[in-house]
Amino acid sequence: MFSDYTLRTITLGTAILGAVTGMLGSFAVLRKQSLLGDAISHAALPGIAIAFLLTGAKDSNTLLFGALISGLIGTFWIRGIITKTHLKSDTALGLILSLFFGFGMLLLTFIQKQPNANQAGLDKYLFGQAATLVESDVWMMAIVTGICLCVLLLFWKEFKILLFDKDYAKTLGFNTKTIDILITSFIVLAIVLGLQTVGVVLMSAMLLAPAAAARQWTNSLAKMVFLAALFGAFSGVFGTAISASKNNIPTGPVIVIIAAVFVFVSFVFSPSRGLLFKQIRFIKNRRDLQLHKTLAFMYGIAETHANISHPHEIKILNNFQGFTKSSLNKLVEKNYVTLEGSTWSLTQEGFDSAANLYNQNTKQNE
Amino acid sequence: MKQNIAVQIDDLTVAYNYKPVLWDIDLEIPEGVLMAIVGPNGAGKSTLIKSVLGILKPIAGSVSIYGKSYEQQRTLVAYVPQKGSVDWDFPTTALDVVMMGTYGSLGWIKRPRQQEKKAALEALEKVGMLPFKNRQISQLSGGQQQRIFLARALVQDAAIYFMDEPFQGVDATTEIAIINILKELRKAGKTVIVVHHDLQTVPEYFDWVTFLNVKKIATGPVKDIFNDDNLTKTYGINYKVSIQE
Repeated sequence: MFSDYTLRTITLGTAILGAVTGMLGSFAVLRKQSLLGDAISHAALPGIAIAFLLTGAKDSNTLLFGALISGLIGTFWIRGIITKTHLKSDTALGLILSLFFGFGMLLLTFIQKQPNANQAGLDKYLFGQAATLVESDVWMMAIVTGICLCVLLLFWKEFKILLFDKDYAKTLGFNTKTIDILITSFIVLAIVLGLQTVGVVLMSAMLLAPAAAARQWTNSLAKMVFLAALFGAFSGVFGTAISASKNNIPTGPVIVIIAAVFVFVSFVFSPSRGLLFKQIRFIKNRRDLQLHKTLAFMYGIAETHANISHPHEIKILNNFQGFTKSSLNKLVEKNYVTLEGSTWSLTQEGFDSAANLYNQNTKQNE
Repeated sequence: MKQNIAVQIDDLTVAYNYKPVLWDIDLEIPEGVLMAIVGPNGAGKSTLIKSVLGILKPIAGSVSIYGKSYEQQRTLVAYVPQKGSVDWDFPTTALDVVMMGTYGSLGWIKRPRQQEKKAALEALEKVGMLPFKNRQISQLSGGQQQRIFLARALVQDAAIYFMDEPFQGVDATTEIAIINILKELRKAGKTVIVVHHDLQTVPEYFDWVTFLNVKKIATGPVKDIFNDDNLTKTYGINYKVSIQE
């Protein structure tokens, strides 16, 4: 098992990684480029293999540099395909993703067939292996995250306007291409940093899950980016803790699953956008409406009598399709209706309320 | 007749692929007019605006704003894009979107401050959206979103305003509110150029009109050139519009 020191290093590493990918993932999600992360991470694989073939070295910095180069090449090919051809972006992403990944797998197989004892372990980049994180890796992550944070704060306004309205930003004199390349490069960098920990295949989840979860809780871009970073960091910490407590559980997949839990909880429980509260609001509205309809039906009957509180048989109410016992009880609770034996009668309060029902409704809805 | 030329377009040709969307457009827009650009779908109305604003690169031709290039005169020009061109579920507020109108004069890196916020609030007031300043933009109606876009352009405090279908999908109240603001702009000596679809309202709203269908068909004062002849040339069918005035 991990020693305390190793565990601390790994936890710190995954937390920083989660924070930086969550932060940048917000931009990818808002630009509707969710798949871009997936394409970039897959495109990084041949770079890792080529870097190994060229240098024979297996230290993570060399290999990740290769990943960075091929990730960037993949990204700019995707951009090129989208702008120069009629292909839609999902087609371009899928094309580059599978092409680069296939090529990467080919190279990996080739490397593994070589009689070089050094070759083992390159496949860890497929699913990642957090246990291989050492202090220098974490430093690297911290530095990149720091730079990324500075650039984000410095160009916040430019990033925001590019995300929201690119053409408009252009008319204001901003070089949108530069901002675009800046954002994309940082996304590539963050993905490459995560390859060692989470791996090529699952990396895009680190980018998307925290951002998708964060979007549910806020309507402010700044808060969204902050929350996404927080969710990402927590996923890293919890994921590492869980995988460290049980032997043989790989860290990367656990981190991704924790991130997915954040997404699930956010989708269900967010007060404004969550499914649960939406459903509750929906049901409550329906009940209110049903109650109002029942009251209106009673009003229609009571109206025909000089005395509004003249008792009527409850049976009559069955003529109204939406009638239920519980709605009658609710009306009694509200003092709109009184019951006596098998009869009901409207109170003055109920009568007035029913008469003004439509007006009240518009007031409530405003 | 007005003397100053606000926008001058010479030999402008734009193509996305093979077929030109705009062919050899020559156009002079005098200062202080409220001009409609009309033409059928695919006539290149939005393309014309986007080419003037440097969003699209023309194949040939040149555009000048008060005699200089757009890059040099950028601060004199404001733009209202089509409402449908952005994602209204973007996490931001009405005030924040209007503030974006100040980004151009701020330039790179500098953040909007109190002064910019004040300008944005004034613009929101002008379009009657002040009570909604903190509203998440997805919770605004189509007409309200259009007003936010208009306010964002007003904040730019420009001399020339380009608007791409500002009346699209708005209710009658908003349409009146918008046209009143446009008329105020003209009164203040600004030049306003609007891509417009509703031919019936052209004589009522505008004093200048350009007929466009890939080529420029005609341009001039509404009272002189807004007639069945030009409409037929532009739309290709026998068009009859009763001109009330």
